[in-house]
Amino acid sequence: MSDNTKNLIEGRTGMWEVVLGLEVHAQVISKAKLFSGAATAFGAEPNSQVSLVDAAFPGMLPVINEICVEQAVRTGLGLNAEINLKSVFDRKNYFYADLPAGYQISQYTQPIVGKGTIILDLPDGSRREVGITRLHLEQDAGKSLHDQHPSKSYIDLNRAGVALMEIVSEPDMRSSDEAAAYLKKLRSILRYLGTCDGNMDEGSMRCDVNVSVRKPGDPYGTRCEIKNVNSIRYVAQAIEHEARRQIEIIEDGGTIKQETRLYDPNRGETRPMRSKEEAHDYRYFPDPDLLPLILEQSFVDGIKAGLPELPDAKHERFVKEFGLSDYDAGVLVAERETAAFYEQAAKGRDPKLTANWVISELFGLLNKEGKTITESPISAAQLGELVGLIQDNTISGRIAKEVFAAMLETGKSAPAIVEEKGLRQVTDTGAIDAAIDDILAKNADKVAEYRGGKDKLFGFFVGQVMKATGGKANPAMLNERLKAKLQG
Amino acid sequence: MSELTHLTMAAALEGLKAKKFSSRELTDAYLAAMEKHRDLNAYITETPDKARAMADAADQRRAKSEANGLMDGLPIGIKDLFCTDGVLTTAGSHILDGFKPTYESTVTTNLWRHGAVMLGKLNLDEFAMGSSNETSYHGPVINPWKRKNSDVKLVPGGSSGGSAAAVAARLAMAATGTDTGGSIRQPCAFTGTTGIKPTYGRCSRWGIVAFASSLDQAGPMARSVEDCAIMLSAMAGHDPKDSTSVDVAVPDFRKALTGDIRGLKVGIPKEYRLDGLSPEIAKLWDEGVAWLKAAGAEIKEISLPHTKYALPTYYIIAPAEASSNLARYDGVRFGLRVPGKTLDEMYELTREAGFGKEVKRRVMIGTYVLSAGYYDAYYLKAQRLRALIARDFTEAFKDIDVVLTPSTPSAAFGAGEQSDDPIAMYLNDVFTVTVNLAGLPGISVPAGLDSQGLPLGLQLIGRAFDEETLFRVGQVVEKSANFTAVPAGY
Repeated sequence: MSDNTKNLIEGRTGMWEVVLGLEVHAQVISKAKLFSGAATAFGAEPNSQVSLVDAAFPGMLPVINEICVEQAVRTGLGLNAEINLKSVFDRKNYFYADLPAGYQISQYTQPIVGKGTIILDLPDGSRREVGITRLHLEQDAGKSLHDQHPSKSYIDLNRAGVALMEIVSEPDMRSSDEAAAYLKKLRSILRYLGTCDGNMDEGSMRCDVNVSVRKPGDPYGTRCEIKNVNSIRYVAQAIEHEARRQIEIIEDGGTIKQETRLYDPNRGETRPMRSKEEAHDYRYFPDPDLLPLILEQSFVDGIKAGLPELPDAKHERFVKEFGLSDYDAGVLVAERETAAFYEQAAKGRDPKLTANWVISELFGLLNKEGKTITESPISAAQLGELVGLIQDNTISGRIAKEVFAAMLETGKSAPAIVEEKGLRQVTDTGAIDAAIDDILAKNADKVAEYRGGKDKLFGFFVGQVMKATGGKANPAMLNERLKAKLQG
Repeated sequence: MSELTHLTMAAALEGLKAKKFSSRELTDAYLAAMEKHRDLNAYITETPDKARAMADAADQRRAKSEANGLMDGLPIGIKDLFCTDGVLTTAGSHILDGFKPTYESTVTTNLWRHGAVMLGKLNLDEFAMGSSNETSYHGPVINPWKRKNSDVKLVPGGSSGGSAAAVAARLAMAATGTDTGGSIRQPCAFTGTTGIKPTYGRCSRWGIVAFASSLDQAGPMARSVEDCAIMLSAMAGHDPKDSTSVDVAVPDFRKALTGDIRGLKVGIPKEYRLDGLSPEIAKLWDEGVAWLKAAGAEIKEISLPHTKYALPTYYIIAPAEASSNLARYDGVRFGLRVPGKTLDEMYELTREAGFGKEVKRRVMIGTYVLSAGYYDAYYLKAQRLRALIARDFTEAFKDIDVVLTPSTPSAAFGAGEQSDDPIAMYLNDVFTVTVNLAGLPGISVPAGLDSQGLPLGLQLIGRAFDEETLFRVGQVVEKSANFTAVPAGY
């Protein structure tokens, strides 16, 4: 907060600060829905995963799914948050065709998870803490399909009743970059915990953004909520547009009215979703079909004991234990699978060298092929072997790139390729000396020029010797011997 | 045949065991009586084919000595608030037109498992909202009882009016009821039958059309305390499908019927002696006190100071929950749909046509008390009062074992007599709602006739999950009252 000058937006009347709070709906990973036994798989035939409870048939009653509770607690612990041993499910009442009961079961005044924190890794390498206000469990609604029939809407209730965690942040963010970093970090933590797959394109993670603007130092301005933004890129764009819109209104002498808006990525604008007259009065009250949710401390402790190492702790360990830079550590821990891949590859190898190979060569390859780390054609063990060969001077870094390409092509291991192609590095000083002598003899004129002060020719000699040795001469050794001989 | 329909369940079980008659004969006798007395409008749906098939199956079990159920072969009626697989379930409402569930409520499942035979679905106030059975879309139920020398049609009480009328008129051996504010006990009092609202959580609510979830409780309605004890043993039990059902063992309630209440402490709440309490009701209550005293019980005056807030509290909480519970009747997935040009219009037209006046009134009251700005003043305050009302009982039960009160402030009234005045109608529940608000068990036992020859009932209220004491004391009242009257013509 102290140094936010870099994030300020310039308006006609001076600089403005944007204030952001995010509400993320994260679909809980569980086989069954929050209050019914129905399945939750994505992409099933419409209405094939609907129980009588989900469809709110008369006399049907909700029963809490313990796995979903466990996932919420796990997520709360991952966000360093208070776990409320007593929480209450409330009904949020409104009519809509894809809300069969006419109410959503949610948590209003007593959520399962209270205040927590999350640390953002910002693009400039700095880190910043953002407060989590709460996390609560609630049911998802079904889906209305308006494009299947000229005059009718179709309803798919597969999603109805699926467990969501609504994760609400404090209004602690000050730029679209910070909002994007928040979403990335939250997604990373959820994936580490295995509590949400974080796939925004499938809708399993959705984001509402609260945006307001103010002159630095002023109290908070009136906020607008931008609903259901479905990618991190759109979140950033929506914030930029909405902040601009609000600044213009205020600078033109107007006032911001609190409302819900939608972001239209095609037109690059936000627009009101519903007018005030249509604003809902949700008439929250405790769901009489459910007793308060009471957790034992031992239940929470058990989940805590089983938590995986999370990105921040892993980051710290990678820096401390492996001597990696903050940047490299940040890149490697962003996804649990990448970190695991790296750690496996680096086992018994030079950790920095392994990091370089994962980040530059492997990521480059995966990016080019549009693959994720879990789809990598080269396994962690295979990459480790390759790094091992560099480390023990069997091959040079340059040759290693050639071997890497061959591994990709043939699927063979690095040692096999090195043997097969005879790429083993020459570290025999006699052989290197002989090659140097031969080149120097053939290029007596250039040797004279070098000795006359044309230092740049050093590279030429290196290249020639390398060529003569088929690239296998140990580069360090070659440099050393060549320098000695040229000076000699 | 008519002797068969006058047997209690306990007696019929003996007869079946002794092979004096078959379940099929018993069932046919009831089916004939049902046909004969359709003018009472007790049943919405009769299921004779199902009844005969179930009776035959019971007879086959009996022949193979496999009739192990507590109610094997006994024909009963089911309040049409219980979902029954493949059988029209209306909740007394137009909005459930044509609704045939694909599932069976837990309570009825338990009853069928115990061998009971289903005669049909019994009429009720729409969504169990009413005290006279006049709010049913399927028409009012007529009480088989009549005033001396009068032909005025009387109401059977409500909301389980069809159940009470059927049991009283010998159109069912017993029936299921549900009780949210008195809907078992008040109609039992109006018809000279016995009914118990068990402790909240004793019977599963799964598969029962919800009115007010935190108050609704199913219970038996029958012609004797013993029959209620038999039937509750069959109906009750923990159900993992209902999160509010309580995991406690179900005793064999018949074993509680020892007749011995010596030393038992009976509380008489002074707040129930309302101004203007009818002298006949007061006299009955005094008689009840005398009977229990004579049987060796100790009588104590007690105070339940928050009693006067019970009705307003009830008429905030019940409609609040109902307004939310009834949101699902929207024309989208089942029951009535009146098409509209927009989704909102479809909702409006469907609910306008589908719900009756009383249901609409309660949905509106409930919506209002939950609204922003009113929630604290109504709903939250009512919840606090509810806790105080419950505490009154907890305190009282430190000194006593059971509470004795009248069941209702009057005997059955005439059709239409109270239907223009919702407040007068709501007063029917004055002695019964406290029990629902506190989640306690309450039983109504017929205890006498008023000067016009109409039955009156006494209510016993017990500690949570102490239905056994209610049955034990209830049977003492039953025996002392020696209530043998039967409505003329049945």
